Amino acid sequence: MGRVGVAVSVAAPPVRADALKIEVRKVLGNPAAKGRGLAVEARFNVATGFTILFGPSGAGKTTILDCVAGLQKPDSGRIRVNDETFFDSEKQVNVATRYRNIGYLFQTVALFPHMTVRQNIEYGLAQLDARERQARSGEIAGSFGIAGLLDRRPAKISGGERQRVALARALVTCPKALLLDEPMSALDRNTKSRILDDLRVWNEDHAVPILYVTHEREEVYALGDRVLVVEAGKIVAEGTPHEVLSRPQRESIAQLAGFENIFDCSVVAAHPDQGTMTCRIDRSEVTLEVPLTRVPTGRSIRVGIRAGDILLASSQPQDLSARNIIGGKITSLTQQDITVVADIDCGANFTVHLTLGARQSLGLATGKPVWLVLKTYSCHVLQ
Amino acid sequence: MSLEALILTLRLAVLVSLILMAISLPLGYWLAMSRWRWKFFVEAIVALPIVLPPTVLGYYVLVAIGPLSPVGRWYRDVTGGSLAFSFRGLVVGSVLYSLPFAVQPIGAAFSSVDRNLLNASATLGASRWRTFWLVVFPLGLPGVLTGFVLSFAHTLGEFGVVLMIGGNIPGATQTISIWIYDQVQSLNYAAANQMAALLLIVCFVILTLLYGLRRTRKWGVWGWQ
Repeated sequence: MGRVGVAVSVAAPPVRADALKIEVRKVLGNPAAKGRGLAVEARFNVATGFTILFGPSGAGKTTILDCVAGLQKPDSGRIRVNDETFFDSEKQVNVATRYRNIGYLFQTVALFPHMTVRQNIEYGLAQLDARERQARSGEIAGSFGIAGLLDRRPAKISGGERQRVALARALVTCPKALLLDEPMSALDRNTKSRILDDLRVWNEDHAVPILYVTHEREEVYALGDRVLVVEAGKIVAEGTPHEVLSRPQRESIAQLAGFENIFDCSVVAAHPDQGTMTCRIDRSEVTLEVPLTRVPTGRSIRVGIRAGDILLASSQPQDLSARNIIGGKITSLTQQDITVVADIDCGANFTVHLTLGARQSLGLATGKPVWLVLKTYSCHVLQ
Repeated sequence: MSLEALILTLRLAVLVSLILMAISLPLGYWLAMSRWRWKFFVEAIVALPIVLPPTVLGYYVLVAIGPLSPVGRWYRDVTGGSLAFSFRGLVVGSVLYSLPFAVQPIGAAFSSVDRNLLNASATLGASRWRTFWLVVFPLGLPGVLTGFVLSFAHTLGEFGVVLMIGGNIPGATQTISIWIYDQVQSLNYAAANQMAALLLIVCFVILTLLYGLRRTRKWGVWGWQ
């Protein structure tokens, strides 16, 4: 074997928009039976760099990754990496997992418990001679900050270190693509972001497509080049994290995107000249002014509002640009970390997030009358 | 005390456990990994010797390897001898009789190996053969060891099958347990007692070692985690 990829610093490889082309159809279980099967049907390209697959658990994200890695076989479709076909149901191509050279980080980390960190990292380098293996594992251990752990067993290192080892083990073979299945879900935010930074640095030199599965929206914003939203086996939205999550068009994405307040409303009046419409929350007298949509008057719509987008005032505010000022009473105040969660009854129940300081300076307490202030554009009309 | 019977029994037990390892590693791996819908059928067949009276098993093996059966005739044509009432016949019978004691612990140990480790191995370019020897086998080693020891101990003490297919030929098919039976039949209690005590002690020591080893961290199935 040659010295390909060993500490050779070359110019960054070109960025490709279609480094990984995926077209997968696979039926799991029986989709007709309620809550039991899932029909995965996804078709998308992955560019070099990070692409996030975002969606609730059970949406089929892992199935898609498994199909790319060859651990599951799609019913039909095509999978290509850099113009190399790994699966094609029409041409009857199905390359075995071990010949695909795709790095895969599992949710469970899956380090070999009976091997040292070094043996784990060198597992995929069997075709190289011992000296070459040592050189490569030493180099990658250096760039992922685990050089001091090489002789330890996975049980003797921390969770973050295990992730680093798993990453090093996958990357030392110079994979053509990298799949990460919620690999950091058990780690704290700092550890996670440091590991991802190291991965980003690594990928500046290698420019492989990285498909990252998660159901945590913080990760979506943090990683963010491009997001694909998966729901019930299908890609339902795609774009930058900001595009997908800040102006969500579907209720399921809204829940993922963090709308604590979701109301069923009926449209009372449209004001095309102002670009707004008035709607009333069902079973209440509360009206909201929301951005104009094509929904006709009298029809039902669903409105999502983030708890952090609502302002709270202890006396009725005047001379404000905000169009929605709603009076109500605090029904409960609870503290979660450094956020105060206030539930307010205005005829409809709103959830509002405040800082500790705001609670103090407004003198908020249960039963106290307050006014909610809401900008029109903080009210998101969901499909 | 009959040294002849003792040595013959040990030879039989070692040979049978080694043959069983060669059978049980692939069979246990297949039982652990296969998703074949009729697998339960194979599992039931493997478990049969546990519940079947040894005389029934012995009877069928005797019929199958006897000089009138195709197997027996073929064996006589090839080797000129008879499988029934010979040491080799005993080996065949004992392998069948002790099969579940080797296959079951090995299959259980292999199936307790985390599937994600096998997937990880495949994504790192390893063949199934390599994955077996580098991941499945070392992690299932406690079960393999248990299977070896149990089949060894079980063969040491077998009686019914040996009597049915081996008869009672000193130096050829007379094992310890049959020798003990002979002594008791001829009211030779002192000799029977010696040999029985020896067998009891040997089996007890083997099992104590086995369970003692399993208690220590290194040999526990998940001792590494």
